[in-house]
Amino acid sequence: MALPKHADRLERIWHYIYLAICVLIFLFLIAPILIVIPLSFNAEPYFTFTEKMLSFDPTGYSLRWYDLLLTFGMADATAPRDGSWWSDVWANSAWIGAARNSFIIGFFSTILATCLGTLAALGLSRPEMPFRRAIMAILISPMIVPIIITATGLFFFYSATGLANSYVGIVMAHATLGIPFVIITVTATLVGFDHSLTRAAASLGANPTTTFFKITMPLILPGVISGALFAFVTSFDEVVVVLFIAAHDQQTIPRQMWNGIREQISPAILSVATILVFVSIALLATVEVLRRRSERLRGISPN
Amino acid sequence: MKLKTILLSTALGGVAFGVAAQEVTVMSWGGAYTKSQVEAYHKPFTTETGIKVNSVDADNPATPIKAQVEAGNVTVDVADVEYSDAIRLCDEGLLEVIDLSILPPAPDGTPASEDFIEGALSDCAVASIVWSTIYAYNTRNVDGSPTTMADFFDVGKFPGKRGLRKSAKANLEMALMADGVPASGVYALLETDEGVDRAFDKLDTIKNDVVWWEAGAQPPQLLADGEVVMSTAYNGRIFNAAVGEGQPFEVVWDGQILDFDLFVVPRGAPNKEEALKFIAFSTDTQRLADQAAWISYGPARKSSGEKVGLFNDGKTEMAPHMPTAKANLTNALVNNFEFWVDRDAELNERFNAWLAQ
Amino acid sequence: MANITADLTPSKADTRLTTADGKPLKAALAAAQSHAKRRAFFLVLPLLLFILVTFVLPIGQMLHQSMYNPGFTLHQDVISKVKTPIMVNVRNWFDTNPPGSEPDEAAYAALAKDFLLLDELRAAGSVGTRVNYDLSGTRSLFTKTARKADKLEPPYKAALLEVDEKWANPEVWAVMRGASSAYTINFYLAAADLTRDVNGEIASVPDNRALYVKLFIRTLLLSVLITFLTFILAYPVAHLLATLPLRYSNLLMIFVLLPFWTSLLVRTTSWMVLLQSQGVINNALVASGALADDNRIQMMYNQTGTVIAMTHILLPFMILPLYSVMRPINPSYVRAARSLGATSWTAFRRIYFPQTIPGIGAGALLVFILAVGYYITPALVGGADGQLISNLIAFHMTRSLNWSMAAALASILLGGILILYWLYDRLIGIDNLKLG
Repeated sequence: MALPKHADRLERIWHYIYLAICVLIFLFLIAPILIVIPLSFNAEPYFTFTEKMLSFDPTGYSLRWYDLLLTFGMADATAPRDGSWWSDVWANSAWIGAARNSFIIGFFSTILATCLGTLAALGLSRPEMPFRRAIMAILISPMIVPIIITATGLFFFYSATGLANSYVGIVMAHATLGIPFVIITVTATLVGFDHSLTRAAASLGANPTTTFFKITMPLILPGVISGALFAFVTSFDEVVVVLFIAAHDQQTIPRQMWNGIREQISPAILSVATILVFVSIALLATVEVLRRRSERLRGISPN
Repeated sequence: MKLKTILLSTALGGVAFGVAAQEVTVMSWGGAYTKSQVEAYHKPFTTETGIKVNSVDADNPATPIKAQVEAGNVTVDVADVEYSDAIRLCDEGLLEVIDLSILPPAPDGTPASEDFIEGALSDCAVASIVWSTIYAYNTRNVDGSPTTMADFFDVGKFPGKRGLRKSAKANLEMALMADGVPASGVYALLETDEGVDRAFDKLDTIKNDVVWWEAGAQPPQLLADGEVVMSTAYNGRIFNAAVGEGQPFEVVWDGQILDFDLFVVPRGAPNKEEALKFIAFSTDTQRLADQAAWISYGPARKSSGEKVGLFNDGKTEMAPHMPTAKANLTNALVNNFEFWVDRDAELNERFNAWLAQ
Repeated sequence: MANITADLTPSKADTRLTTADGKPLKAALAAAQSHAKRRAFFLVLPLLLFILVTFVLPIGQMLHQSMYNPGFTLHQDVISKVKTPIMVNVRNWFDTNPPGSEPDEAAYAALAKDFLLLDELRAAGSVGTRVNYDLSGTRSLFTKTARKADKLEPPYKAALLEVDEKWANPEVWAVMRGASSAYTINFYLAAADLTRDVNGEIASVPDNRALYVKLFIRTLLLSVLITFLTFILAYPVAHLLATLPLRYSNLLMIFVLLPFWTSLLVRTTSWMVLLQSQGVINNALVASGALADDNRIQMMYNQTGTVIAMTHILLPFMILPLYSVMRPINPSYVRAARSLGATSWTAFRRIYFPQTIPGIGAGALLVFILAVGYYITPALVGGADGQLISNLIAFHMTRSLNWSMAAALASILLGGILILYWLYDRLIGIDNLKLG
């Protein structure tokens, strides 16, 4: 936003104040996320910058908290680090186990949410869809209804049906929470989708399945993938439902973090947080690339 | 859809339940206490029987196991609970009745029923330790040395934040003791409405300076971080932080509240037999004494007493750090489980309303 | 499709229009359209069923739970799942005697008989718990009496009063009568800090037990405050992003989207690190000399912590809708106003701001809806007075185990949210929700 040439003094001053305010707000947005990164390399068990860290003394920094992520929960953490040490890590480390669970649950719930969600989005974006608005409202509601209410409902329901304490139950719950994101992103891609393309394919003799995989799918793929990423993040970040319906040994990363924060916020939590920040940067970058690709495909280009 | 669910459950099931070896799931209080149990009970148990022990933690295991039994999906086989909770859950039919004859006798042949201290055995529960709620302070952040329960409530004399457990139990008793009620008169007074009001009035005087904790591992952390200058805590956690990790914490034994921790088996536990084996194994004379090498809680068997020696650092004598040491008992209160069995729900309700005000 | 049918309406009378195989065109079109409708619907159907099973049904069951508590009427064994009716005799007595009747010897005899069964089933605790929900301090009355049930001898009134004189209290009897029906609205009454007195009339609870109304109000006030703060912070940033060339704004957008993509627990942890009394902010203030070491600001474990952290977490939900409304605003309107002599403030107030109101509405409603139901952040940084209604629902679910109460509170919250959601759908349209 350039300042017009004719701006007077007061306007100039105001303009710079305004820019300064914006800088501060951006700082407010991003600083809390970045602050954990240097602190996770703290050599001391404190949550603040030690003098050594501020003077960039290398001894003030260490990887001990990252190491703790591997060793926490191990049968014999002090053993020499050979093959059996690593298999001990794989089998017993609390954080590795939690990560494994998180990925498994995230993977299956993403698949479920993406398949069902994409199919439904195709239906919803057809103009002849009956009760479109009402059905859309129902399908989006898991995103709006507070998670604590969903978790409460699921607790009663799963206890009654025997799904509590099972991975299937968690996967289904997480898929439900991820579905609104898939619907929103895929319908957004389908807006402005040129239906004459599918008609052309059909008139050239392609059956509906071929049309879908050869024509529709490639065009909506960016939307589907970013919807899937949203669904995955939703599951990967979800803790309340897991706390309510999962068995106590079904740990996930957020749950392990939740326990860690409530019990003792050792800098090990910060190292997990740092790793997760980098994961989200990667995801964000992927979604950005996909969005641009989708815009290019549909002929909407920035600038 | 159905097919998908089945496929999904098989796929996931393969990952989750691939190994169906014998196992037992034990729920405890987390942190240093769970660690002491893992070292003294779980590891030797697995070595001897081949049964794998899964250790899970909760702020207070009595609540999740009640929820599990009532909802009908029990995953825990053994839980470690406080006395009043053990009695209450047993009353409600939520616990398996334990046949006490499975407990091994003392090495000299004294039967278990005589070897355990009085009150340590009940229909559904076997005690493992005697512990206490005390308060401790960080010597780095407190000028002078608090010695009485009244000092804890005196923010004028010892300024700074206080840590308190977020529940009515122990706080009400401590408030009354700080208000000058002798330990012997606390529960009689709490039976009356005036007594309860008086306790809440006393708590009111420090309400604005309190940081509430829920998990037993929090107080040492709050003290070490300087978030509070004094905190109530389970005595063993403070001991481990002070002696084990060298934190400058000091325990004040005046007004300590003694309680048992007991092993119980929730009704419908998936591995009941292994659970009973585990309890019998863990509460024998040697295991109970071994546990004291990891945390400063007193064993519930008389015969374990003389076997208690040094902390696992190899130099600290455990005896003076035990809640039952003579010097620590001058003004001690024994938790009245009957009082809390009956009044727990009601007083916690009032406590929560009070908190929100 | 809609257009085609509209075009055809004038030809209604014209019966000559047919398809190649001789069917009336109108019928063929209708058939084609209903076929298309069905196809579209079948695409949505699997998901709709899935959501009904994993979301709508559980919430329905929760609503049921909030009004149904058979604690006084039915005992279910936890292992065998066998259901046994309990308190049958007393309930019979209630049926034959109108409310307000003085309990007579027959009533006490019925009670004594019921207690024998309670003792045998070990059900006194759960019956007592159910009654205790409506009248605090009565749980022990039931467990105590059940323990002595087999020693009760006629005359039963005297025997029961011997166990505990509370049995003469008409309130206990009134509450038992209330609990003798499994369906009840008492949990909703309790959620409004109301209770029933001896005669079954609705009355407020004593002040030292009132809790829920205060918490609902606090939740609303804090949510309004957070919504307002996000608006204040989001507006300038969204404006800047909307007026910069896309090349720069896409870059700056990362600052908004990265928090959006970062785990909620990570963001909450960060705030804990920053706000602790030995945390980064306090340490920086102390080191710079702005604050004395023994005078550190308490920013966490209270409302301040909740408000700061939640404002940060919800800020992107305000910026994104504002941005999407501001981006297409044509700058020439403001320029025109300026050239007609308006000051920059007037031009902003009269021309620019009104055009952004839809975005403000969308963002505010979204942030408010999300804030009202927040749980994780207040639970971790809220301390005692920064707790919201969600935290109390969680408390009743996982600690006090008064599940009907949790369900009632959740239902009230759900009702409020659904009204807002409906409003959002009316005003903004749920299909206009955009992410990133």
